[in-house]
Order: sequence, then C-alpha cells, then structure tokens
Amino acid sequence: MEVRIQEADFDVGAEIAALRKGDARVGAVAVFVGTVRDVNEGDGVAAMTLEHYPGMTEKALQAIVDEAKRRFDVYAMRVVHRVGELAPSDQIVLVAVTSAHRGQAFDACRFVMDYLKTRAPFWKKERTAQGTRWVEARASDDAAAERWER
Amino acid sequence: MRDSPPVAVRLVFLARLREAFASPGETLQLPASAPSTVAGVLDALRARGGAFAAELAPGRAVRVAVNHELAKPDDAVRDNDEVALFPPVTGG
Repeated sequence: MEVRIQEADFDVGAEIAALRKGDARVGAVAVFVGTVRDVNEGDGVAAMTLEHYPGMTEKALQAIVDEAKRRFDVYAMRVVHRVGELAPSDQIVLVAVTSAHRGQAFDACRFVMDYLKTRAPFWKKERTAQGTRWVEARASDDAAAERWER
Repeated sequence: MRDSPPVAVRLVFLARLREAFASPGETLQLPASAPSTVAGVLDALRARGGAFAAELAPGRAVRVAVNHELAKPDDAVRDNDEVALFPPVTGG
C-alpha cells in the first residue's frame, strides 16, 4: 500500500525496509517524518487531535503520490499519516521515497509533503492551557506548494 | 418555474465548520432560483444567517470538495453529489 491512514504509530525502519525490499536498483532513500511539537504560536501544546475526511483523504494522498511519480524518477513511494489523539513528540506523518540517486528522492519527498500540506484533508486541533483550538493554515505552506507550479 | 429537475446535495461539514454549524452534515435542497454550482450551494447556506453567514462570509477561507475532489465556485453540482465544506487543511 502506497498510502495509509491509521491511528497506530509507525516504525520508520520497518517502513523503509519494506519499501526497499528486493529492489537492488535503489541507491537513495529519502524520508521525511513529521512530529508533534510541544509549542505552537507561542503556547505550550499538551495534546493534538488529527481529524480527516474519510474517503477523500486516501484519494487525495494517492493523487499526490501519482503526480510525484510522473514528475520524478523514483522507484517506490510510501505515505503514512496518523489520525486521532497524539501527544508531543509523537510521529504524525511519514513520506519515504526510493530512487537511483539522491536528487530525485529528495525532490519527490519534498514535493509530496508540500502538496500534502495544502491538498490532503487533515485538520489539527491542539489543546493548550487556554483550551482547545483549531490550528490555522499557514501562508508559507501555500507558497511552498506553489513553488512546484512554476 | 425552472426546466431542470430539483437538485439536492449531501453536505458534509468538517473540522471547525462542523463545530460552528453544530452538525456533521445534512441534505440540502437547492432553491429553484439558485444555480447548480458550488457558489449556489454556498449562497443558499449563507442566506440562513447566523453561523452559516459568519463562517462562509466573503473573505473567509473555505474549501469545497465535490465527490472528494477539490472544487471551485463555478464548478457544477448534480443531484445527490457529496459536497464537503472545510477550512484550509493543516495536516502533515
């Protein structure tokens, strides 16, 4: 499965091993792991809830992976995104890419994250000492995704 | 009287909008006068006033997906389409 949405944590080493298994063409593995920070907008974050839109989320992530495979010279890709209750330092998302060389692997990994940030229907709600609040989208995320349109 | 058959869409409200509207979704019968577009759906909801008018006010960032694909205001909606409204996404 190239795309998974799950409540459970993931094992980065196991995911990489599965992605590379049996493919001796691979000369580069690029991996991004997003984790929960304990501070956002100046406030301490005690916990985070990740909501998504079942049905659309899987399709949106698969479309991003498919687009990355068209744009970059990569062998295999995997995206795992968690939903539900998370705590600071928990892993949120994994993007892993195999390729012959590092350049295409790095670029494809970054492309997937930049698009995921603006196109995949996930929403974060964080709990701080002041109560719970929805995390606001950042203009810098839109700019990061638009970079690939040029 | 309009010539086209009535259009009802299945609305899904997500994240902040689900809380603001105190509802996960509903079936909306588009008024006969409304265009069968994403903009027509948003206008029909805004006309209710209250949280709908506030959250969907011009300038508020709202995203719409029709049948799980991101959509623009001019995109058509058809009878029984799933139309989801949500804030800009914040995953990753």
